[in-house]
Amino acid sequence: MSEALPHRYRDKKSPATDAPARRGRRLSSIATWLGAENIGLLLALLAVGILFSSLSPRFLSTATFDSVAFQLPELGLLTLAMLMPIIAGGINLAITFTANLSGLALAWVLHANGGPDAGVAAFLLGSVLAIGVGTLSGLIMGAVIAYTGAHPILVSLSMMIFLRGLGEFMTRGADISGFPEFIQPLGHGHIFGIPVPLLILLVAVALWHVLMSRTRLGFTNHMIGSNLEATRYSGISTRRVQMLVYALSGTMCAFAGIIMMARFNSVRVGHGESYLLITVLACFLGGVNPFGGFGKVMSVFLALIILQLLSSGLNLLGASQHLATAIWGLMLVGVMVLRWAAGQLDFLKFTRRR
Amino acid sequence: MRSPTGFRLLRSHPTEASLVGLLVLISVGLSLTSPQFTTVANLFNLLNTSSVNLIFAVGLLVVLISGGIDISFAVAASVVQYVVALALMRIGGGNWFIGLSLAGLAGMVLGSVNAALIYNFRIISIVVTIATFNIFFGLLMFFTRGVSIYALPEWWTRRTVLFEFQQANGTWAELTLPVLIMAICVIATWLLIRHTTTGRQLYAFGDNPEGARRLGINIAAMHFIAYGWLGLMAGIGGLVQVHYAQEVVPNALIGRELDVLAAVVLGGARLGGGRGTVLGCILGVLLISVTQNGLNLLGISPFAFKMVIGAIILIAITLSNAPLGQIVAGFRKRRDA
Repeated sequence: MSEALPHRYRDKKSPATDAPARRGRRLSSIATWLGAENIGLLLALLAVGILFSSLSPRFLSTATFDSVAFQLPELGLLTLAMLMPIIAGGINLAITFTANLSGLALAWVLHANGGPDAGVAAFLLGSVLAIGVGTLSGLIMGAVIAYTGAHPILVSLSMMIFLRGLGEFMTRGADISGFPEFIQPLGHGHIFGIPVPLLILLVAVALWHVLMSRTRLGFTNHMIGSNLEATRYSGISTRRVQMLVYALSGTMCAFAGIIMMARFNSVRVGHGESYLLITVLACFLGGVNPFGGFGKVMSVFLALIILQLLSSGLNLLGASQHLATAIWGLMLVGVMVLRWAAGQLDFLKFTRRR
Repeated sequence: MRSPTGFRLLRSHPTEASLVGLLVLISVGLSLTSPQFTTVANLFNLLNTSSVNLIFAVGLLVVLISGGIDISFAVAASVVQYVVALALMRIGGGNWFIGLSLAGLAGMVLGSVNAALIYNFRIISIVVTIATFNIFFGLLMFFTRGVSIYALPEWWTRRTVLFEFQQANGTWAELTLPVLIMAICVIATWLLIRHTTTGRQLYAFGDNPEGARRLGINIAAMHFIAYGWLGLMAGIGGLVQVHYAQEVVPNALIGRELDVLAAVVLGGARLGGGRGTVLGCILGVLLISVTQNGLNLLGISPFAFKMVIGAIILIAITLSNAPLGQIVAGFRKRRDA
């Protein structure tokens, strides 16, 4: 599982002497650069692409690209929010409702400033408040987890129930709409032909990738997921890191909430509720260790693209989203079985060599 | 004063003790503010409405004790409801015995799917059950197209009152069939985990799987028993939920799994296995339904229920996981010194 470590922590291979071996090494160095996990995912992505383009001539088109590009960001941002706590050995089940509540905070500021006539300043203020709400809910969760040692599933689950209740109490279960026009491009617009939500997602993915693989926080996050006690004994303030991780997860939820608001042009508590378990599924599909400690942002991003392509392709063929959901589940089982088989094969090879 | 068995039991089970304390506190508060709370009718009503959750909860408890987790059981229960409704229509009605057997069997089959994937391919339970959650739900919605079934056999939806009496104020207090089924499920689970060798093995396996394996405990059997039992309970619970709701709605139970999970873990079952009692499980479910019932009687907006319940669970776990024991022990030491 060494692929989870940043490059600089890896052993350098000795240079090869003869040509075929060198070629072999070069191939294997590409493999190490990509990671075995990503090669499998890229192959799966290719398979899905070939399958659907042979089934439907309309698959390889800008329409499909647009459908993927506009639907992926909500799920993608929420998955990034889920990824960090999972790598830390926890989970954040409150992501969808944190996003909803952040959206509500923004909607509240916009409505207090004239609804459809609200200005850009109101939007900016609302966004700051939304991000504050998301970060705060994450911070509370992180603090409870860090200081009481309660199981993250339980803490985030009760937070989820609380946030859902709070949102339902404030909105009475209704849709909040009536926002200024200039928010629309955030959910539907293009810049240089690239959909704006996709751009935001790409920036977020890049940010998360750098954060997880190139910074102190990312590294200690991996360490905490591997062994919390050992990390604590090595002099790292694990409580601070845990609180930070959940707070950042909440921040990412807030961005998802803002995008969702612009996409649907409304805020409702329960929007995107069904994404919750899909984000966990995407993380596991992307090779994140369910016990924490190992996982790469890029692999999860690839897994997300595969999931969305499957859904868009099936949609194109006239199948319902529900069938896509079932196939997502089957795919996760299939991938886990393949990983198990690969592990068995490694084991056999290892014992034979001995 | 010599402490009776009850106190000793509570001292050896601190989670249960604090839950009982919290429950008593809430109940006293409610009986002072709402005269309706302490009526028998309200108590019976509480039992009637929490039956389904209790059946699910004791099933989930067994899986948690064995060190696993299951997200898919509520969706599995929906699948069972649909399958049983269709099967019963095919055979022309049936009765409670046939219905319960069919539901239990179908539930056990779905539970075994989870167990087989977890055991044979060594996939961690949360991954498997999140996958099967999506598979079950996706396929159910795909094949049913989200259509509900209202034409159900008469025995299934007929309200059956087991015991009733008229209160002084003229209202009837009724105990209905779900309570009986719930009681049987709870007692059966209690017998399984406390009074059989298999039950003790489940605890051992949940606490230390490798140790249990080296002791010669059949690991495969543990998986199939735990998930099979939850499947059985999910099937029965699904059947009872239809009896209660009088209709089969494919997405009626979705989301229930997390509510039940919160209640069971609140009741002291440890995520990670090896710990959990039926009593704690009942107290966890009751605490949530008593709170909900109380909020209802106090005339608080139903929209606020979830918020209050979420806050209570959050506070309860924070308090029960905070090192209160150490603080109390510290006080004792100081007093003794």
